[in-house]
Amino acid sequence: MRKNNGSKQGAVTAGSGARNGTPAVQLRDVTVVYPGGNVGLDGASVAIDRGEFAFLVGPTGCGKSTFIRLLMRQAQAGRGQALIAGRDIGKLPRSKVPMLRRNIGVVFQDYKLLPNRTIYDNVAYCLQVIGERRSEIRRKVPEALRLVGLTTKLNSYPDELSGGEQQRVSLARAFVNHPPLLLADEPTGNLDPETSVGIMQLLYRMNRTGTTVIVATHDREMVDRMRRRVIQLREGRIVRDQHSGLYLADESTSEFAARLENGVPAAGR
Amino acid sequence: MRLGFFLKESLRALRRNAAPSLAAFATILITTLVLGVFIPVMRAATAKTNEVRNKIELEVFVHEDATNAEVAKLGSSIRSTAHVERADYISKSEALRILRNRLGTKSDIVNDLPGNPLPASYRIKLDDPGNSDSVKGSLQPLGANGKPHFISPAIDEIKNREDDTNKILSATSTIKILLAGLAGLLVLASVLLVANTIRLSVFARRREVEVMTLVGATNWFVRWPFVIEGLIVGFFGGLVAVGLLWVAKATVVDPLSDRFALIAAPQTIQFTLLVALLLAAATAVSAIGSGLTLRRFLRV
Repeated sequence: MRKNNGSKQGAVTAGSGARNGTPAVQLRDVTVVYPGGNVGLDGASVAIDRGEFAFLVGPTGCGKSTFIRLLMRQAQAGRGQALIAGRDIGKLPRSKVPMLRRNIGVVFQDYKLLPNRTIYDNVAYCLQVIGERRSEIRRKVPEALRLVGLTTKLNSYPDELSGGEQQRVSLARAFVNHPPLLLADEPTGNLDPETSVGIMQLLYRMNRTGTTVIVATHDREMVDRMRRRVIQLREGRIVRDQHSGLYLADESTSEFAARLENGVPAAGR
Repeated sequence: MRLGFFLKESLRALRRNAAPSLAAFATILITTLVLGVFIPVMRAATAKTNEVRNKIELEVFVHEDATNAEVAKLGSSIRSTAHVERADYISKSEALRILRNRLGTKSDIVNDLPGNPLPASYRIKLDDPGNSDSVKGSLQPLGANGKPHFISPAIDEIKNREDDTNKILSATSTIKILLAGLAGLLVLASVLLVANTIRLSVFARRREVEVMTLVGATNWFVRWPFVIEGLIVGFFGGLVAVGLLWVAKATVVDPLSDRFALIAAPQTIQFTLLVALLLAAATAVSAIGSGLTLRRFLRV
C-alpha cells in the first residue's frame, strides 16, 4: 500500500513545475447539486496546471467550498467530470478515496485539528495513516513544523494555541507528506490581516516547491497583494479566470453605475 | 506494530475522553449485573417448574385377587405402551411403608389397622406429562360395545388425578412463557442501552472521525481504535460486574442455599459458565457496537 502510494506521488510530482502535459486539476462542465436542491457548481470548466497557484474567489455560496469538496471527493459531480492528474475522481471506488486524500494536503478555515492530540501527534497522524515508518515520522514531523515556525510547541494541545498558530499546524499537517496538490478553504477566514500574511507566505513557499496550490478565499487584500491566478465564481459558474488578477475585475465607471442601479451587490465584501 | 499503534490510540482516547467511556462502562456494568442475577433465578425457576411437571404420573391399581402371573403380564404390557418411560411395581407392603414414611411421627395410626388395606399398584412415569391421557386410553380402550374396558383383568382402577394434572400443566407452561418473554425483553433492553451509550460516546467524537477520514485514513484505520476501546470498556465493565456477582454469591447466596431449595436447585446454571457467558457478551456487544456505530460517521 505504501509502495503504491509512493509511486503515485512520485509520478505526479515528476511533472510538477512544468506547464505542459496533463493539468493537475481539471473540471469539465461540472455540476454539483446537493440533496437539498442547492446548486454548488453549475457547469464549471477550468484547468489548473501543475505547480500553479490559484485563488478561487467570490461571495459566500458561490461554489468555492464545493470546488474544494469536489476535489476531496466529499461531494460528487452530478454531471461532468473532475480530474486530478488526468484521472476522473468521480469514478474512484469508495475504497480508494483514502488513497486520493493522502495525495492532497488540505487546510480549513476552522483548522480541523484533532483536539486530543498534541501538535506533534496531529502532524504525525497523517504519516501514521499511510503506514510510514517510525523513524521517518520522527524525521518528517519536526521538519514540517520547522517550516511553519512552530518548533517550540510540539507538546501543546491545539486549544492552547492561537488561531494563527493552529492554522500553521494544519499547514504543517497538510504539507508533511509533500503532496502534489494542496487545497485551502478560507485558510485566513478566522485570522487577522497580519497573521494572514504569514499563512499566505507559507502557502506561497509550499507552492514554490512544486506543489499545486488552490486557495478558496474572500480575503480581498490577500488576493490583490499576491497577484496570482484568480478564478471568480458566482452562483456556481466561473465568471472570470485571469492570470495575475485582482480580487475584483477592473470595471469602468459606467459598469459600476449600472451594477449599482440594478441593485446587484458587489462580489466579495 | 500496527496493533501496538491501535492499542495506544484507544488508550489515549480512554484517557483523554474519560466521561463518555465511563458512562459506557457503568452501563455495561449495571446491565451485566442485572443479567447475572436474573439468569440464574430464571434457570432455577424453570428447573423447579420442570420438576413439578415431572411429578405427574399415572397409577394403575391392581385387584386384590389378581395372580402373580397376571400382575407380571400387566407390568410388561404397561411397559410396552407408547410414552411410558418407567413403570414401578409397588407391592402392598411397600405401599404401607411409603404411607408410614409420609405420616412420620404419626405412623402409629397405621399399626391400629386390622390388616393392610392398601392395594398394590404400578406407578407409571411418562416421557412427557402431556401424554397422560393417551397412555390411559391405551390401558383402557373402548370395547366393541362402546364402553371402556381394561386391557387386563388384574386392573382395578387407573388414576391420573386429571384435575391436578391439568392445573399443573397450564400453570407451569404459563410460567415458562412468562419467564422466556421476560428474559428476552431484559436482553433486548440491555443491548439497546449499551448501544445507545456507545452511540453517545462515538457521537462526541464525530468531528475527530471526520478529520481522520479527510487526511486519508481508511475506514478500518479509524475503526480499530474504537473497537479496541469498546473491547476494553466492555471487558472491564463485565469483569467488575462478575466480581460483584461472585462476592454476592459467596456472602449471600451460598450460606442461604442450605435452607432454600430454590437456590440450591441443581439444575441452575453453573457459575463459571455464567461468568464466561456474561463476560463474552459484554465484551462482544461493546466492541461490535462501537464498530457499527462508527459507520454513520465514516460516510464522509
